[in-house]
Amino acid sequence: MIRFLFDRDTWQEVYDSMSKNKLRTVITMIGVWWGILLLIGLLGSARGMENSFNRLFGSFATNSVFVWGQSTSKPFKGFQEGKRVTLTLSDAKKVEENVEGIEFVVPRNQNSSLVVRNFLSGNFGIAGDFPLLDQVQKKKLLHGRFINQSDIDNKRKVAVISEDVYKQLFEKDEYAIGELIQINNSNYSVIGIFDVGNVNMGPSDDIHIPFSTFQQIYNQGENIGWIMITGKPEYDIKQIEEDAKLMLKNLNRIHPEDKRAFGSFNLGNEFGKLTGFLKGMQFLTWFVGIATLIAGVFAIGNILLITVKERTKEIGVRRALGATPFEIKRQIVVEAVFLTLIAGLFGILTGGWILIALDSAFGQGPDATLVNASVSILVVFIALLVLVTLGTLIGLIPAFKATSIKPIEALREE
Amino acid sequence: MLKISQLHKSYPIGDSSLHVLKGIDLEVESGEMVAIMGSSGSGKSTLLNIIGMLDEADSGDYILDGVPIKNLTEKKAAIYRNKFLGFIFQSFNLINYKNALENVALPLYYQGLKRRERQEKGKFHLKKVGLLDWAHHLPSELSGGQKQRVAIARALAADPKLLLADEPTGALDTTTSYEIMEFLQQLNDEGKTILIVTHEEDIAEMCKRVVRLRDGVIMEDKKVNQVRASQYV
Repeated sequence: MIRFLFDRDTWQEVYDSMSKNKLRTVITMIGVWWGILLLIGLLGSARGMENSFNRLFGSFATNSVFVWGQSTSKPFKGFQEGKRVTLTLSDAKKVEENVEGIEFVVPRNQNSSLVVRNFLSGNFGIAGDFPLLDQVQKKKLLHGRFINQSDIDNKRKVAVISEDVYKQLFEKDEYAIGELIQINNSNYSVIGIFDVGNVNMGPSDDIHIPFSTFQQIYNQGENIGWIMITGKPEYDIKQIEEDAKLMLKNLNRIHPEDKRAFGSFNLGNEFGKLTGFLKGMQFLTWFVGIATLIAGVFAIGNILLITVKERTKEIGVRRALGATPFEIKRQIVVEAVFLTLIAGLFGILTGGWILIALDSAFGQGPDATLVNASVSILVVFIALLVLVTLGTLIGLIPAFKATSIKPIEALREE
Repeated sequence: MLKISQLHKSYPIGDSSLHVLKGIDLEVESGEMVAIMGSSGSGKSTLLNIIGMLDEADSGDYILDGVPIKNLTEKKAAIYRNKFLGFIFQSFNLINYKNALENVALPLYYQGLKRRERQEKGKFHLKKVGLLDWAHHLPSELSGGQKQRVAIARALAADPKLLLADEPTGALDTTTSYEIMEFLQQLNDEGKTILIVTHEEDIAEMCKRVVRLRDGVIMEDKKVNQVRASQYV
């Protein structure tokens, strides 16, 4: 068998029978070529999208939920409906201590204020934050540092500003770290500049100041705007959300079935939908690709059937000259495998080119829609293996057809 | 060389069956040149096909060179055909996308010979039929007579014990027919056993023995004085 594969005549035969019908051969190969091209192209793009999502959310704890207070909709324990609900630091602490599966609870405050520097000014969102925020929502710092514990302890008047704020309040190329800006008429020194990035959850944060400083300046006391809860990876964020809300209702004397008392946005849930969508897309890709491949392989089986029919007499002559049925079958199967393999290799090659083209069109820069759109070697290998197997199986049909006719009948054929 | 006794063969036609060969007894010695004659439907082609192991008899014995030919698998039949028999067809049956040399070398391919050996042997036989200069021409570039000579070279390539020719001159004009017969006579002179199916009297007379079939039985089996084809050429 090995010798057969390296025999020049074997390939001469394959070449001859294919070149006799160039157009048909090419059209048939297009089926397989198209199938594998689709598979590679789509899988690569899906991977690219997944990569780009991962990059976008990479700095963000996706397994998280935001909770804020609203107004009650049910009377409870002597309170009328419509009571304002405000979260407090002790609420946050109790939630963190008692709800199962929580990784962090990040209390946050936000306000909007006029910010002035020399003759430049603007209205920006000011957030009072703990250093912890940097862990759940990684800040991409261009210069300086984020708020640290000592800032909190000393209620320092320091600010971490976004790049946009910097652009509005500072001259181009001016060194901002250590400079003073005025927020609500009090001076803060800039300690860091961060890049906003692509994904922002909640209201836009332009300037972060220490939580304790915010408390004092805006006279917030224990009150907080909202909390961000991140769950441990192995816990279901929806369950955490429910548990936390129930606990908060208890602490604030709100009817347990009051649905409006707390507003929330479950990022984990939304993100889950997104990854589910990606998974579905990948499945669809496989399905479409494999189905097209199978259709292509069947087309090859079909063309070989016709070829065999046309060559009935030739096959009869060969058998009269001493070709065994096995030798005839072997030749036809080799043809089938060769056709599928060549078409498949072309498909992989062009699929690769398409991915390269996609990468240069959509994959450049930090905001790329497709990041590293690629297909693993393993997938390519599996695809080739599937091709060869299918090619062999489909080749068996015409092969048996060719030898099912008796040589005497084959010779009579005109 | 070849011994056939009480050979029967019938083909099913719808519900009934057509009895084509009704008990054929035939013995051919080595070195003979036998013409099998008969009108169409006399069973001469069926007989040749059975001798050529392309078809199988319903009953009766067939011994070729001491080997009983019976209940052969397709594989075994293929190997025997390759080893014992050379076929010459009326319509030449050359493979149209292979050149003369490749056509001649084809039986050697199925014998498992190496490429170089095949080329050498193929050239040798092409030279024998006088077509070495045409070795790399496709069948479509050859005349009818040349094609049949290539086919003869192909039949000879595997050095068979028996040459079977089914109306070898059926598709050729008279002059070319005689050329081919002259060549077959030469081969016979060299000792090849040749069986020719024909319905042309002049071709039959160029053999050494004529067997006449009618309705599936042998009517006549006689030695004839061979007419040398060379005198017509």
